[in-house]
Amino acid sequence: MAVYEQQELRKPPISQVGIVRWLRVNLFSSRVNIGLTLAALYMLYIIIPPLLNWTIFDANFNFGEFSIFGFEFGEVMATNTNCGRSAACWPFIYEKFDMFIYGFYPRDLVWRVDSVFAMTAMLFVIVRLVRNRKGSAKILLTTFVVFPIVSFYLIAGGVFGLEEVKTHQWGGLTLTLVIASVGILVSFPIGILLALGRQSNLRVISFFSTIYIEFIRAVPLITILFMASFVLPLFFTGGVDFDKLLRALIAITLFQAAYFAEVVRGGLQAIPTGQYEAADAIGLNYVQKNALIVLPQALKISIPNLVGSSISLFKDTTLVLIIGLMDMLAMVNMTANDINWLGRETEGFVFVTMTMWIFLYSMSRYSKKLEVRFSTDHKN
Amino acid sequence: MTTENNKSNIIEISGLNKWYGEFQALKNINLNVKEGEIIVVCGPSGSGKSTLIRCVNFLEKFQEGEVVVDGIQLTDDAQKIRSIRSEVSMVFQHFNLFPHLSIVDNLTLGPIWVHNETKSEAREKALKLLDRVGIRDQAEKYPNQLSGGQQQRVAIARALCTSPKIMLFDEPTSALDPEMISEVLDVMVELAKEGITMICVTHEMGFARKVAQRIIFMDEGQIIEENDPETFFHHPESDRLKLFLDQILTH
Repeated sequence: MAVYEQQELRKPPISQVGIVRWLRVNLFSSRVNIGLTLAALYMLYIIIPPLLNWTIFDANFNFGEFSIFGFEFGEVMATNTNCGRSAACWPFIYEKFDMFIYGFYPRDLVWRVDSVFAMTAMLFVIVRLVRNRKGSAKILLTTFVVFPIVSFYLIAGGVFGLEEVKTHQWGGLTLTLVIASVGILVSFPIGILLALGRQSNLRVISFFSTIYIEFIRAVPLITILFMASFVLPLFFTGGVDFDKLLRALIAITLFQAAYFAEVVRGGLQAIPTGQYEAADAIGLNYVQKNALIVLPQALKISIPNLVGSSISLFKDTTLVLIIGLMDMLAMVNMTANDINWLGRETEGFVFVTMTMWIFLYSMSRYSKKLEVRFSTDHKN
Repeated sequence: MTTENNKSNIIEISGLNKWYGEFQALKNINLNVKEGEIIVVCGPSGSGKSTLIRCVNFLEKFQEGEVVVDGIQLTDDAQKIRSIRSEVSMVFQHFNLFPHLSIVDNLTLGPIWVHNETKSEAREKALKLLDRVGIRDQAEKYPNQLSGGQQQRVAIARALCTSPKIMLFDEPTSALDPEMISEVLDVMVELAKEGITMICVTHEMGFARKVAQRIIFMDEGQIIEENDPETFFHHPESDRLKLFLDQILTH
């Protein structure tokens, strides 16, 4: 028999910690890995310096004169010709900024669009402030019903003395956001219903939901957009002028609903039968069972995929330019056709790419946060 | 039979047959349960005991026979099924608590949405019941933060929260660690003393001996033998039951 003394904790050997270990494990763990690392470094060496030169170091940032506290800065704004061709000409974006954001929306009315942007920002603040408070569900629900309606009338006008702005004047980022948010918000409930429909015990409902989902998913969005744009009006003869944007919105909503349906169905399938049985045994009816027990859990699981699908849709909204809607991407060609700024498409595409990236990356980060917040584990 | 004959039947099952596809799970089951009676159903796994009690609240559909619960005959009618379910509560082997709701919300769901009670009244009752099963202090936690035994006690409290006439227990201790079984059984013994009608599918023979008024032995979808505990354990008639008792009581 023996008694052992308690030993002091020692620091791990240097090869097991810090940057050395990280490098060894992640970049130089094997011959193949060493090769890949070197190849990647070489690629970065080729790509990064010219990219930085084009976008920043050799680029023209001459946005014109401005003054701060009476001190004058800058010089006369650069023009297309004195910008040079070998690097970016950012004054182009600066001058056409309003086009990229608002399209042909009347300039004296853009405050209405701006207030919608401001309200959107406030929405996030409200969600933050209200959550976990008593009655938060009611406040959030009202907000999410009222917000889209107010936004719509602010942008479209035609009521409360607001001047009407026809949809063909909507454009740029505004239009992109309108299409994406309407597409996502309207198709979400439809998608849930379709998913429940597909899982339904009633054969007829399940059959038609399945047919719908599988049909839509087997057709490219661009085809559906063409159909909505050119075939739908054929059904509405008699001179009914069917708004072009509305047609696109219907097409996108119907399209996205099918994708959401499949995402939600995946979540539904992850709910153990025990949950259904417990809800049944308590005596909840179909609607209560789904609204209180099944969907809250299924949607939580589906958050990453729902956001993923929404991101796809956001990107796909750029397809509306082929049916003649002037979204943000369409503005690139539009603005670079300006006689004063001919041939500046590259700057436009870079700008649109970066704007898209900011929105989509934020969405993706936000979904990560939601996942953590709604985590059902509640494990300490 | 030890039950008084002057009490009326609260459950009447006659000629019950059920198939899963080609497989016959229940064979001509006839069983009457009197109000306030405590029945334990036991038998080897796959003998149809769970299926039988799940027919009582229509979690399982059956093809032939009649099940009458508290005067209501079970049919496909969703309204009737729900009205039976509001009088019959069930405790499951795997608890089946709702992980996204706090303990107290798990309890008040039925009273609020099925029995139209107000939130405060339901909450008050829920807290009382949690007190009774000894976990009042866990009310605001979530199911996954509790041990298995605690979760099952919550499940029992949830089942009681709708003031049911009948409680069905489907192997309530089978998924528990050994040291947690007794805390759940204690709660069930307490319940048994209060005169609520109980049907328990369980392998806990000690519990059966202590509280059951009648024990039913099932094998291969049929009731093989039913008797009071004394006769059941000490004078089993069928060979199948003798073998079963031999296997489970040798330890």
